[in-house]
Amino acid sequence: MSAPIHSIRKARVMVGILEDKDRIFTNLYGLQDWGLEGAKARGCWNGTKDILDAGRDWIIENMKNSGLRGRGGAGFSTGLKWSFMPKEVKDGRPHYLVVNADESEPGTCKDREIMRHDPHLLIEGCLIASRAMLAHACYIYIRGEYVFERERLEAAIKQAYDAKLVGKDNVHGWDFEIYVHHGAGAYICGEETALLESLEGKKGQPRLKPPFPAGAGLYGMPTTVNNVESIAVAGTILRRGASWFAGFGRPNNAGTKLFCVSGHVNLPCNVEEAMSIPFRQLMEDHCGGIRGGWGNLKAVIPGGSSVPMIPAEQCEDLPMDFDALRNLRSGLGTAAVIVMDKSTDLVRAIARLSYFYKHESCGQCTPCREGTGWMWRVMERMATGEADPKEIDTLLDVTTQVEGHTICALGDAAAWPIQGLFRHFRHEVEERIASYRSGRLHVQGAKLIAAE
Amino acid sequence: MSVRRLAKEQPASFAFSTESQAKADWWKAKYPAVRKQSAVIPMLWLAQKQEGWISEPAIQEIAKQLEMPVIRVLEVATFYVMFQLAPVGKTAFVQLCGTTPCQLRGALDLRSVLEKKIGPAHTVSADGKFSWEEVECLGACCNAPMAAINDYYYEDLTPESLSAILDDFAAGKAPQPGSYEGRKSSEPKDKVQTLTDPKLYDGSAAKKIKIPNLPEKPKKAKAEPAA
Repeated sequence: MSAPIHSIRKARVMVGILEDKDRIFTNLYGLQDWGLEGAKARGCWNGTKDILDAGRDWIIENMKNSGLRGRGGAGFSTGLKWSFMPKEVKDGRPHYLVVNADESEPGTCKDREIMRHDPHLLIEGCLIASRAMLAHACYIYIRGEYVFERERLEAAIKQAYDAKLVGKDNVHGWDFEIYVHHGAGAYICGEETALLESLEGKKGQPRLKPPFPAGAGLYGMPTTVNNVESIAVAGTILRRGASWFAGFGRPNNAGTKLFCVSGHVNLPCNVEEAMSIPFRQLMEDHCGGIRGGWGNLKAVIPGGSSVPMIPAEQCEDLPMDFDALRNLRSGLGTAAVIVMDKSTDLVRAIARLSYFYKHESCGQCTPCREGTGWMWRVMERMATGEADPKEIDTLLDVTTQVEGHTICALGDAAAWPIQGLFRHFRHEVEERIASYRSGRLHVQGAKLIAAE
Repeated sequence: MSVRRLAKEQPASFAFSTESQAKADWWKAKYPAVRKQSAVIPMLWLAQKQEGWISEPAIQEIAKQLEMPVIRVLEVATFYVMFQLAPVGKTAFVQLCGTTPCQLRGALDLRSVLEKKIGPAHTVSADGKFSWEEVECLGACCNAPMAAINDYYYEDLTPESLSAILDDFAAGKAPQPGSYEGRKSSEPKDKVQTLTDPKLYDGSAAKKIKIPNLPEKPKKAKAEPAA
């Protein structure tokens, strides 16, 4: 990892803490007024009409130039995604914007802070994105468990309606209805087509693509599904200029990003930072360091539970961005950093994730429905050591048979954490199996049970 | 996937209260008239809020209102795990997050507290007041470990604070949701180093601005076909 981490901006060296003046989510911690007045004072809804008046092509062009990559995990260019929508509304088929607020990826808790503390940034972003894709209606699909966040968001939307910022004949001159819809505890509804199914009042089982949502999405109409963070940053990006946003991070990894740091750090927190911030600096500047010091770091899941873990040795100079993590065969995902120190039972931690995927599989595709349960049961035995060393390769073989053989990416997501574990810590599992067999105590407090 | 079936003992009937019905109608109005099926999840949720759980008569009533086949509503009610298909604790229904980020920070210790104070998971206590279950990631990982009690999040828990919260519920009090470590939300505890610049909050950001790179003739937008 010797790639230089330089900003293309000359004024300040990129590496370091993002300055407050360049933060988008200025009420991330809820220390200020979340309401309309507070949001306006912080710059929200400023110049929105000028942005809308500039028209579809200008908005999309500038979003593309900003280099914003979708913040929901896949990292696809947001501007490009918007441009896939039909250029005109035809045959009475209305366009829809659907915002994915079904934040359920273990480790991720950033959209929650946006919705309860900076909801007006999201509402403004919805209006701008809808203008760009010629939509007059937007649904925000929020996960069912976020009851307080939903109430807060509804209250903020009411403020926006009362101030005629949205709605019919609003001050921005683009008729726009915005609705909140909620789910009921299904992780799979974070997958865009499952989300659309759920929004239509069905089980959340992903659809086969094509047709893609931009052609036939919600109610069969042209639809774009975007993550909360991707939409909420749009207003500020256009207000301050695409080049401002593009100035952060390494090329192709532009912008600022909310990082959710959880696990074994001294101060777990959400923080907005420039993309490509070195992992160690993120930990030490914002999160109070690794519990027990840097040397106590064992492994990191850098982008939410679905991405493979990376061992401590690879974290020293690691820039936190899409490309650097992809090169390590992991991913930035949602930038949900789960830190694990040397006290962690990694096998147990991944076995718990396997249970999560088994629980959340929608049951539509056989490899995933059967595979996630199978992988979980084997992982549970690996966690106790009650397995045959040969089973490791069988397990890895099964992960590759699930991966890529399902309609949506949940099968991949279930396979990758296991692959990541064995890629870097296979020896730990082998030692555990060996020590189980040799009858030595390998876990404090374990008791020997007769084999018969 | 998990196997989820309706409870064996079902009430004879179900009707929305006037208040719930008003809310249900408000939800239905959010969707195009021919797409009112979209309101099925919010309506099941309202039924659950009213009764505490989802019964078969409730499913039938919702199917009738939304003009859906009953099986389609049943399918939804059994697919989504937030719908409780059997009664839960009336005073406090605890949903403990047990997924890895919470597990790393001590969710297993919280589980022991719940087992000790309430009993086995998915079992309502003898007085009908308490029950608990372990759920998958609730999306508050920076505040781990945490639990949702009656819809709201109780964060940064320790076995002691969770115990105290349960005692408060038992005593008829209403413990405040939020962090039990003195945090406002997910900021670094006692060490907020960002978002401290007073210029962010003095209103200067609300002054009239000129949007950069605007096209020379903003009127051009009008040439677009009316949408």
